[in-house]
Amino acid sequence: MDIMKLLNALPSAVSQGLIWGLMAIGVYITFRILDVSDLTVDGSIATGGAVAAILIINGWNVYAALLAAFVVGMLCGLVTGMFHTFFGIPAILSGILTQLALYSVNLRILGNKANVALSVNKFRLLLSSRNVRALTLENPILILVVFGVFLVGVLYWFFGTELGCSMRATGANRNMSRAQGINTDKNIVLSLMLANGIVALAGALLAQYQGFADVGMGRGAIVIGLAAVIIGEVMFAKVFRNFALKLLAVIIGAMIYYIVIQVVLWLGLNTNDLKLLTALVVAVFLAAPHWKAKYLAGREQGKGRDGRA
Amino acid sequence: MTAVLKINHIAKTFNPGTITEKKALTDVHLHLEPGDFVTVIGGNGAGKSTMLNAVAGVFPVDHGTISIDGVDVTHLPEHKRAAYLGRVFQDPMTGTAATMNIEENMALAMRRGEKRGLRWGISAMEREMYREQLSKLGLGLENRMSSKVGLLSGGQRQALTLLMATMRTPKLLLLDEHTAALDPKTAAKVLELSEMIIAKQKLTAMMITHNMRDAIAMGNRLIMMHEGRIVVDVRGEHKASLTREDLMGLFEKAAGKELDGDKLLLS
Repeated sequence: MDIMKLLNALPSAVSQGLIWGLMAIGVYITFRILDVSDLTVDGSIATGGAVAAILIINGWNVYAALLAAFVVGMLCGLVTGMFHTFFGIPAILSGILTQLALYSVNLRILGNKANVALSVNKFRLLLSSRNVRALTLENPILILVVFGVFLVGVLYWFFGTELGCSMRATGANRNMSRAQGINTDKNIVLSLMLANGIVALAGALLAQYQGFADVGMGRGAIVIGLAAVIIGEVMFAKVFRNFALKLLAVIIGAMIYYIVIQVVLWLGLNTNDLKLLTALVVAVFLAAPHWKAKYLAGREQGKGRDGRA
Repeated sequence: MTAVLKINHIAKTFNPGTITEKKALTDVHLHLEPGDFVTVIGGNGAGKSTMLNAVAGVFPVDHGTISIDGVDVTHLPEHKRAAYLGRVFQDPMTGTAATMNIEENMALAMRRGEKRGLRWGISAMEREMYREQLSKLGLGLENRMSSKVGLLSGGQRQALTLLMATMRTPKLLLLDEHTAALDPKTAAKVLELSEMIIAKQKLTAMMITHNMRDAIAMGNRLIMMHEGRIVVDVRGEHKASLTREDLMGLFEKAAGKELDGDKLLLS
């Protein structure tokens, strides 16, 4: 095994980790702050990629295309939010419905094609995997770090405002929130919109980075997002208590995830087995707190027995 | 004087037409004058909590109307009615957001009934005010304002919820067995605080309790519920001189059966 091969692959893993880290922040907003499991993201990340790709191909400025992707992502969240609050469909099912519908929508956006090329040779893109080892301002790692810091900063501000606080309260305790005059349904919809806007933005960045938008680019996105959230929490829960740092931990979690993937690929894992591995890793991390609690409870009991003996 | 609360012949049946159908409120009619402090007693399933929740708008009623301070709130959703109400619940977990800190919880309550925009969620001036208010509780919470509420004891959480419910003077304070989950000593302390705050701010309040002694000792009016109706309503001097035996007699006369006092006290 050639260690240089692994080192060569690392910048790419870090870039991908950063992009998926932004996406995972969207997952964090619904999964952790609002306590809603939102599966819309598998669809909305591809929607973001498709919207940005088509707009850039049609001559839009790249920043305008990113903004458009964000707005369209918010609309995806709005649909899920309406399914959930207005039609009373359980959150998970609402997300699955939107995700399914988005598959058709995404094909439409891509002009009834499964994927559309977005070559950095032909268009002015914000970032490209080609520059991943370049020591210039065009290096995607640099650009994505700036993006990440900006996003964390904006969200830190937002969740400190009156509206943001009321959204956190909605996630923490729905009954209490309503008793304090908070429209919990509105906040659930808003947070789904915000989260999917961010996810679509990540999709728009991903399409540019990889040089194409693909209707299947979001498959399993929720699992990768959850992996990032959980890895970030497990590794940094004890040190990062500030909200901004918790968001940062999510991004770092995604980077760790992609580096680990890169390492196991380097060790000889078949690429086709990646999703299986991802699902297993996330299952283990999700189970960890449960088993830890069980183990500790068991040890407490054990102590009790010893005491009596 | 206009009534602060008018409950006009409301009725509520849960799960109508199914095997779990429950007539929770059959016909409740109640008007509260400004400054009334009503204690509400009754056995399990008598409809006490259902009545309070109907006022708070947790669910729509089947019949009748509810108005608070002259405003018909019958069709207002729960979060809009919150502008008029202060509420403390039986479960100490219900009234506060555990993952947010004390001052954030208070800031949320301070904005009850107001539009929540993009201003910062808590100001330095507010923080000072909260510190002062918390110090009056005498629980030392003023020194733990950035602690997560989840770290507080049940009694501390109930005291905080009470403060949050009354910080902005509500038109009506609803206390739903708010000391039932606490140990006797803490319960007594929270009750004392409730009485103090209600007297000081001259609040109109309704307090559900399972404890007949508290129901008799506190407030200027007592109602007893049975099978979804108010069967006993005593006030003024009559209420002041009420004894436990009187109450049981009144109940027997109204409900046509003997009151199981032990159950009421112990459950």
